[in-house]
Amino acid sequence: MNPEPAGLLYCNCTYAQIIDPAVKAGVLRRLCDSGRSFEAVADLCEMSARRDPALQRLARQPGVKIAACYPRAVKWLFASAGTPLDPAQTEVVNLRELTEPAALERLLAADLQPNLPADKSPASATSAPSSSS
Amino acid sequence: MSLRDQTHLRVVLYEGRDSQPLEGGQRFEILSRLLGQGFAVTRVGESGQTAPADDGPALVLGHFRAGAAEQLSAAAPERMRVAEVSGLSGEQVAAVVETTRTERQAVQPGAWKPWFPVIDYDRCTNCMQCLSFCLFGVYGADSGGKIQVQSHDNCKTNCPACSRVCPEAAIMFPKYKAGPINGAAVRDEDLQREKMKVDISALLGGDIYSMLRMRSERAQSRFSKERDSDKALQERQKCLTKLAQAGDIPAEVLMSLPSPEEILRRAGEARAKAQAALAAQQR
Repeated sequence: MNPEPAGLLYCNCTYAQIIDPAVKAGVLRRLCDSGRSFEAVADLCEMSARRDPALQRLARQPGVKIAACYPRAVKWLFASAGTPLDPAQTEVVNLRELTEPAALERLLAADLQPNLPADKSPASATSAPSSSS
Repeated sequence: MSLRDQTHLRVVLYEGRDSQPLEGGQRFEILSRLLGQGFAVTRVGESGQTAPADDGPALVLGHFRAGAAEQLSAAAPERMRVAEVSGLSGEQVAAVVETTRTERQAVQPGAWKPWFPVIDYDRCTNCMQCLSFCLFGVYGADSGGKIQVQSHDNCKTNCPACSRVCPEAAIMFPKYKAGPINGAAVRDEDLQREKMKVDISALLGGDIYSMLRMRSERAQSRFSKERDSDKALQERQKCLTKLAQAGDIPAEVLMSLPSPEEILRRAGEARAKAQAALAAQQR
């Protein structure tokens, strides 16, 4: 377990209406009121497609809880941008499925419960293929 | 300009040392507004870690003690700007950020709706069916012949058709409404993809795109002869809705399909790319 609380990353999924707006607003408001530092991004999908350098610094945090969507999607959004997450140091809090209290409980809990899907092969752990486009 | 070849502005809402905390409502309003406009924000609070600094341009927002803002910006004058936001509304802060973004010629967030396939390489077998299927050049292969998404912005918004032809349910669209295409765990029943693919092909007569195009042209021809334009429009919408529901393909995509000759040309190109990639794997 990390001595420091895990970093927090909140995705607002700004360009789609797939997460209950009340859940998004409730989670963001509580993060704002928590006194904790955190990263808030408008849309992880857009950042992945653009290979936004922010993904690299977000992935490098020694322990991170990500409030976004499904863990499988989050894992490959980061990997396809060339910035794979550390499966042992990442917990994804799925705002598409969790209620606001359940999401906040996990985000603000002291412990980290890694839940990225396990890699099927060593080669896939970090790789989306090399960029040749 | 490539999606990947742009400058990004980092916005920091600073409430650490040498600053005063914002009022809670203002903090939430500022964050909500900036996120709604597509910006990413690092909130530096009393505790907890944030992502490390990098070499890109940054705008630091906060309610600073006397002289602190000048000190902060002097640390990296080329890269960092500091703005006092006490008393400003979310809208006013957003205007400050937008001005800085424009001055720094940083990417304009939200200019493109991020809809594109994401490949689950734990599942992908590199069969190249997606590359062969897509007529819009979204897919390509890397130098080792491995499938990859290369032209994200060529993808047709809300169209998940390529995920329907993947036999391994390895293609996700995270903003899609349902699993497993949205990234939810893949269940055994989801692996009936081959069957689904056959069903779609049979429904549309084999070559999905050429059949869709022909149907669209037939519909256009028929409706152009209609005297009752309202009725024609209704019929057209009904026809397209049926197709869209059957194949999960948005009407906008059907309407923007290229000519039959162009479809053939693009399909040939896609097949050639797929074959070259498969050959590269075997070398």
